[in-house]
Amino acid sequence: MDKTSVQKKEWEPKIIAFLCNWCSYAGADLAGVSRFQYPPNIRVVRVPCSGRMSPNILLDALKAGADGVLVSGCHPGDCHYISGNLFARRRFAIFKSLIEFLGIEPGRLNFSWISAAEGEQFAKVVKEVTERVRALGPARRLVKEI
Amino acid sequence: MSTTNSTITEDIRAKAKQLLSSGEVAAFLGFTTGTLPMTMRPFVARRPEDAERLVWNSFCVMNLANYLPDLLKSVEPPRGPKDPPPEGPLPKVGVLATGCWSRNIVVQIQENQVQRDRLVILGIGSRGMVDRKKVLAQVDGREVWTSEEGEHSLVIEGPGFKKEIQRWDVVRDNCQTCIHPNPVIYDYQVGQPVSPREVKDRFRQVNEIEAMSSEERWSWFQEEISSCIRCYACRNACPLCYCPTCFVDDSRPQWVGKSIDLADTSIFHILRAYHCAGRCTDCGACESACPMGIHMRLFTKKLEKDVLELYGTEAGMDPDVPLPLTTYKEDDPQNFLITEAVGQTSEAGEGVKP
Ligand code: SF4
Ligand code: SF4
Ligand code: SF4
Ligand code: FES
Repeated sequence: MDKTSVQKKEWEPKIIAFLCNWCSYAGADLAGVSRFQYPPNIRVVRVPCSGRMSPNILLDALKAGADGVLVSGCHPGDCHYISGNLFARRRFAIFKSLIEFLGIEPGRLNFSWISAAEGEQFAKVVKEVTERVRALGPARRLVKEI
Repeated sequence: MSTTNSTITEDIRAKAKQLLSSGEVAAFLGFTTGTLPMTMRPFVARRPEDAERLVWNSFCVMNLANYLPDLLKSVEPPRGPKDPPPEGPLPKVGVLATGCWSRNIVVQIQENQVQRDRLVILGIGSRGMVDRKKVLAQVDGREVWTSEEGEHSLVIEGPGFKKEIQRWDVVRDNCQTCIHPNPVIYDYQVGQPVSPREVKDRFRQVNEIEAMSSEERWSWFQEEISSCIRCYACRNACPLCYCPTCFVDDSRPQWVGKSIDLADTSIFHILRAYHCAGRCTDCGACESACPMGIHMRLFTKKLEKDVLELYGTEAGMDPDVPLPLTTYKEDDPQNFLITEAVGQTSEAGEGVKP
């Protein structure tokens, strides 16, 4: 499949969301329970902590054909493992800047802090990420054409 | 040989000989002349008489810190995996260190790859190493038979030509923008410390790329790495790359495809660079080792710039300052978060309480 054969209309962005078990995952749950609408474009992967996210995994998602990636963890200070998200914050800042420097479109990789009580915020973030990725179109840059 | 280089060479030989014959070090790591013109080869002297083979000039482009972890292991008495560590102090190793190499040694000390008390460091202020690819470009890629180094010039000779070129014109990009030419740690000084160079903007190349559009940057990146043959010489030359199994060799999961498809090569370069974040000293060994002339140093230079801007540190300048990705501050910048764009609902949220 190349860029041109993908019709904008029928294409729906596929977004992989890595959500921390202790907060954002519960936040997503809350969004569901509270009936906040958000786009069905995300596929959730539950992770133990945002500090678990290695850039290898983020690139792996893009390599496997995801159009966008969202990583969400606990607010600074609220991490279940005390400082996982604070280490992650440095890693994400550096990594996002690096891949954008190398020409991956800004908006492919997204990061947020969402607590277990922020169901509405979760819906808002997913909407925003989906819109950004939709505007960018399909991600083909790290996908091998065979 | 220029007088600066011959004085340094003499000093290195004398000191290495003394250290080896007194038994203070079990091995001494330096450079000797390579088999091709304009190449120097890392060399380990193990007997006092080997010291005569040590040479210093402007082509010592490999980073000696790279060989230290293995060399230190090689001088330890042999023992099985379950044997207890030997009694008493382990043998020492002598090594040459310029500004960047000494900073890489500091990083290795911080990462527990080498022990300071097992090293005898001969510090050398670096005048900048010469990029043989730049020299070859000056002689239109013709074969070079000999190069003779003067104080500020090089005389290059090949079939039917002899050319004098200004040394500074062919000094490597990273050395031209280096502001830390003198070693940060050493036991003995060899030669004179060099006065720090006037560098107008050491991130100029990075700034130029940053000014391009995302589309242009992608084309630049793809163009830059398109000739990569995935030989991993850049990784092997790097003193930060001591992982027993590199991510490129992992097969389960396979983080990066083995082909030279640009998608695979892109992932290799992104991750290799990223692994050097906050640790790279811009020593340029990766770029010098590359057989294809790829400027992968620019990727790590961007990281160096970001780390300095965001966290205010430079790799290996001070053993007491933790490496930036192994630490954090409560108020680290986080304007990259998407929540900064959509706005944050008040803490504890406005959603329905579970
Ligand atoms: S590229 Fe990364 S994984 Fe490979 S040796 Fe270097 S630091 Fe280790
Ligand atoms: S990445 Fe290149 S410039 Fe940086 S420390 Fe390694 S070899 Fe030196
Ligand atoms: S040394 Fe050059 S050709 Fe070899 S893997 Fe590195 S960039 Fe590619
Ligand atoms: S536990 Fe949620 S980010 Fe660490």
